[in-house]
Amino acid sequence: MTPGTQTMFLDVQDLSVTFSTRRGIVNAVRGVTFSLAKGETLGIVGESGSGKSVSSYAVMRILERSGRIAGGQITFDGIDLSSLTNREMRELRGREISMVFQNPRAALNPIRKVGHQIEDVLRRHARATRSTAKAQAIDALKAVRIEDPEKRYNAYPFELSGGMCQRVVIAIALACDPRLLIADEPTTGLDVTTQKVVMELLADLTKSRGMSSILITHDLGLAAEYCDRIVVMKDGQVVEAGDPKALFADPQDPYTRRLIRSTPRPGAQIGDLVEPPVPSPTRPVLGAPLLEVRSLRKVFGHGAEQSVAVDDISFDIREGETLGLVGESGCGKSTTSSMIMRLLDPTSGEILMDGRTMTDVPAAKFARDPRRGSLQMVFQDATDSINPRFTARQAISDPIRRLTDEKPAGRVEELAAQVGLPEALLDRFPHQLSGGQKARVGIARALASRPRLLILDEPTAALDVSIQAIVLNLLAELRADLGVSYLFVSHDLHVVRLLCDRVIVMRKGRVVEEGATESIMRAPTDPYTRSLLDATPIPPAALEPQGIGPERHSQATV
Amino acid sequence: MSPTPIDSRQRGFLDHVVYVLGENPITAIAFALFALIVCVALFGPALAPYDPMESNAARALEPPSADHWFGTDNLGRDVFSRVLVATRLDLMISVAAVALSFVIGAAIGSAAGYWGGWIDAVTGRFVDTIMAFPLFVLAMGIVAAMGNTVENIIYATAIINLPFYARVARAEVRIRRDAGFAQAARLSGNTDLQVLAFHIFPNALPPMMVQISLNMGWAILNAAGLSFIGLGVRPPTAEWGIMVAEGANFVVSGEWWLAFFPGLALMCAVFAFNLLGDGLRDIFDPRQRT
Amino acid sequence: MGPRTKLVLHRTLQAIPALVGVVVVSFILTRMLPGDPAAYFAGPAATEASIAEIRDAMGLNDPLPIQFLNYVRDLLGGDLGNSLSTGQPVVEELARRLPASLELTLTALILSCVIALPLGVAAAVHQGRWIDHACRSLVTAGVSLPTFFTGIVLVYVFYYLLGWAPSPLGRLDFVYLSPPEVTGFYVIDALLIGDVETAMGAVRQLILPASTLALFTLAPLARMARAAMLQALSSDYIRTARAAGLGEGQVVFGYAFQNAMLPVITTLGMVFSFMLGANVLVEKVFSWPGIGSYAVEALVVSDYAAVQGFVLAMAILFVLLNLTIDIIYTLVDPRTREG
Repeated sequence: MTPGTQTMFLDVQDLSVTFSTRRGIVNAVRGVTFSLAKGETLGIVGESGSGKSVSSYAVMRILERSGRIAGGQITFDGIDLSSLTNREMRELRGREISMVFQNPRAALNPIRKVGHQIEDVLRRHARATRSTAKAQAIDALKAVRIEDPEKRYNAYPFELSGGMCQRVVIAIALACDPRLLIADEPTTGLDVTTQKVVMELLADLTKSRGMSSILITHDLGLAAEYCDRIVVMKDGQVVEAGDPKALFADPQDPYTRRLIRSTPRPGAQIGDLVEPPVPSPTRPVLGAPLLEVRSLRKVFGHGAEQSVAVDDISFDIREGETLGLVGESGCGKSTTSSMIMRLLDPTSGEILMDGRTMTDVPAAKFARDPRRGSLQMVFQDATDSINPRFTARQAISDPIRRLTDEKPAGRVEELAAQVGLPEALLDRFPHQLSGGQKARVGIARALASRPRLLILDEPTAALDVSIQAIVLNLLAELRADLGVSYLFVSHDLHVVRLLCDRVIVMRKGRVVEEGATESIMRAPTDPYTRSLLDATPIPPAALEPQGIGPERHSQATV
Repeated sequence: MSPTPIDSRQRGFLDHVVYVLGENPITAIAFALFALIVCVALFGPALAPYDPMESNAARALEPPSADHWFGTDNLGRDVFSRVLVATRLDLMISVAAVALSFVIGAAIGSAAGYWGGWIDAVTGRFVDTIMAFPLFVLAMGIVAAMGNTVENIIYATAIINLPFYARVARAEVRIRRDAGFAQAARLSGNTDLQVLAFHIFPNALPPMMVQISLNMGWAILNAAGLSFIGLGVRPPTAEWGIMVAEGANFVVSGEWWLAFFPGLALMCAVFAFNLLGDGLRDIFDPRQRT
Repeated sequence: MGPRTKLVLHRTLQAIPALVGVVVVSFILTRMLPGDPAAYFAGPAATEASIAEIRDAMGLNDPLPIQFLNYVRDLLGGDLGNSLSTGQPVVEELARRLPASLELTLTALILSCVIALPLGVAAAVHQGRWIDHACRSLVTAGVSLPTFFTGIVLVYVFYYLLGWAPSPLGRLDFVYLSPPEVTGFYVIDALLIGDVETAMGAVRQLILPASTLALFTLAPLARMARAAMLQALSSDYIRTARAAGLGEGQVVFGYAFQNAMLPVITTLGMVFSFMLGANVLVEKVFSWPGIGSYAVEALVVSDYAAVQGFVLAMAILFVLLNLTIDIIYTLVDPRTREG
């Protein structure tokens, strides 16, 4: 796979990176080899801990203090980077190779005007003098399509939105016309619509300037959409590399296969996400309306600082139904779920269960209400949602003891079996469990009081896609077995589609669209819903459901 | 609860403690020093070779010797015995003061952090008012106003320690108030008080333990400082601060041991508590290491 | 009015509740005097009648709110009562002795900043190297040193053993005449009239007490400087700056140091609190004629008006120092300008 290594623009051969930690030496990157041609965009894809970011830091030689390049060779445009002195390397950074990071707000000096931060780079690489710096910095802001660049020049990072900050970071990276840009998860933490804008901007700028670029991401769909070639990493090693189409059509490595399969995509059913695929669990028969939300409204603050988080929304959930609540950060979906969960009192409006109002009991007193047990929730971050001083058993027993007449002994084991948590793990503390195991504990705890409605608050947002696929399947199975209703809160329409009968799209506290999942996905009527759908990157149409038919009979064992 | 979880957790915890002690032998020294101080406080009077109050004009102002390890003072009293015996009083004052301010500070800080609103506003104003004084000066004023007794030294030291606990408790409770596990606890049927007491407070305790240790050293310093300027303990009671104050007059004429040894004891005690605090910080929260 | 002026004004207004709190507490402290204040002020030879008379004269029979208003009125008029032992107004005595305390405190503050900040920064930049270990040891030892004990050890070593320092008695050896008062700082006043010899004499007296005080405040400052610098150096914007090829000097001093100074400025408030307290002890050890030793002398003879006057003066000084810190912080950190 090295047709003319000499001509490669960036060539990484057998790279190893080690970190010295409390537990000894950790091999974060082990013998990684990849290369990049001029003008090419390379995607490095992997889940957390795969060593994808560390490899690029090694290329830039900006590893943190405890990290060390233990072996291998990095050649950039014919120069052996490891032979350069620190001073020479600093000359190269920013001028020849630049980098864009995730979490853009933190990536900018909080107490320095963004214009000055761009000037620092320009003047460092002698691209500008004192007199021309300001004009050039404004040009750089213009290049990343920031409106009103003269005014933004004087802004501090805290005065800009996340997407805007990322544009500034890109402006800094591109200020000196480097020939290689490394983007490390540049859109993680941004909303999908902002992600789209930032990715388009990066693609346009690198194309128009003839730059090479590396996109590091956990999102296969994103890499497939924007990259010419993809390298898949796992546990510090490259497991597969190649053209995205070919990779998706015929993945060679079992890990790549699983990764591709786990990525939610059009056409795939929930059972198709696991390797090997399973038949998707049946959906329960819909019954009478269980929960009714009537003109719900929530206002925070007083007087001039008032902000309306939720603005007059109404909807129903029937027994056995799964309703998706979709929207970007700040749309009011979390506030809505907190109110339904009776953790927060609405400013006005009503929430009814079985036709009887629940809002007569204030949230502060609801913990002792007999209906507490019938409304439960699975939280976004499983790690954060389990008391660090409780074992899994204690966490699951807590609601049993407080909300039911049952004895925890026996019932805990029953729940563990339901969610597929091995009994041996019950006496472990959260820090001794994996992300997927913690998610199972969270689900078991939510089911402990035999709820009728379960709010799933982005239950998979913090998980890697392969774990997400397993958890989604578990949720579908539980629904089929228990007939419980779900309110599935998410920012990702493609995930919502897998599980939900109906969808509500929220924006700025209001419902902009509501309807059956399939029809909204196929023909959204609201422009905002359409932009949400468009913005989500879609992997190449591979692994069609019919293509995997023969494997269907095998059982999933995770 | 079955014993397995405790075992596995404790083994991990003990490993970690052993690791921290091995990594930083100074922490081990601090633990040893701390144990020594506690022993001396408990058994000091029994260990002292002489009666700390018995004067002997014939042997006044003798430098350290085999008979009198730390020399004798201007009344011929054995400095070593006095230093040993003083440990209990100094430790008692600071333990009492720290315990008092921990209990009150943790309670009001937790309430302020959990409920916010007017409780937070009122306690915040109260704490700010204490902090508006230079703390040692406030302690001086309190003891001067309330009367020059050992109990009042304890109260004054407790008052000036209070803001630290209230602030730590408030901050630690506040960051966990809306944490997922606190929300989950509410959903599991815990009332607010139960969420605070059983779920949030145990998790906020480790940082407070660190604060206790660091404050203990500071409390000893303050109490000794107050007696150094003539507040609280009165002669001829053996107490480190007052011994240094009495010995100070002899330093300019070269009789250094009168002030030096009680000062050294004081320093070692404070040093032990400060190191202990750093060690506890390493054990409980490796991320906060500085 | 510019936005900055507005902010400074806003901060200044925010100091008012603290000031009110200080006045209330000091009022409470004056009413808490052990026993009957009237009996106390009447002296040991007083009769029932004369005590009652004094109680009336002091307004102790008035309702508490009235007493408080009278107290505030006296304060605003600059009346802290008279010292029992000297008969002089407390305000005048404090004002006369304040420059001595300020000279000592400010010298110590400058001394400790000059040592602590570079030390903390160097320790963070060379984390894990010898300078870092030196800094950490110094910090841990420094916070454990009782100020009065350090002072006595320094006196023993530099005065008794080595004979380098003059005897620890006051601001100036008796062979010199005090310079005419302009700033009240002997060193500066002596230099103002060109009397280098007296200035040197004052410096020699000043060096030991100032070092004692500086040693005490050095530790928290160096500790904070190191921690803040470490935090800044490991933050994302430093990685961005490095990835953009900025020079090490600009990264460390331009980016990291400026950010690291913010928490250090905040710590200064605590440092001042420690310093003003330790000041009392240092003044006693070195017989420094400042307001701290005034309070200690007053305590010995149970001269409560003087002690309470001292506490109030210190508190007001501290509130003003904190206000200065707040204003500096506001001007340095753009994020505070939002609201």
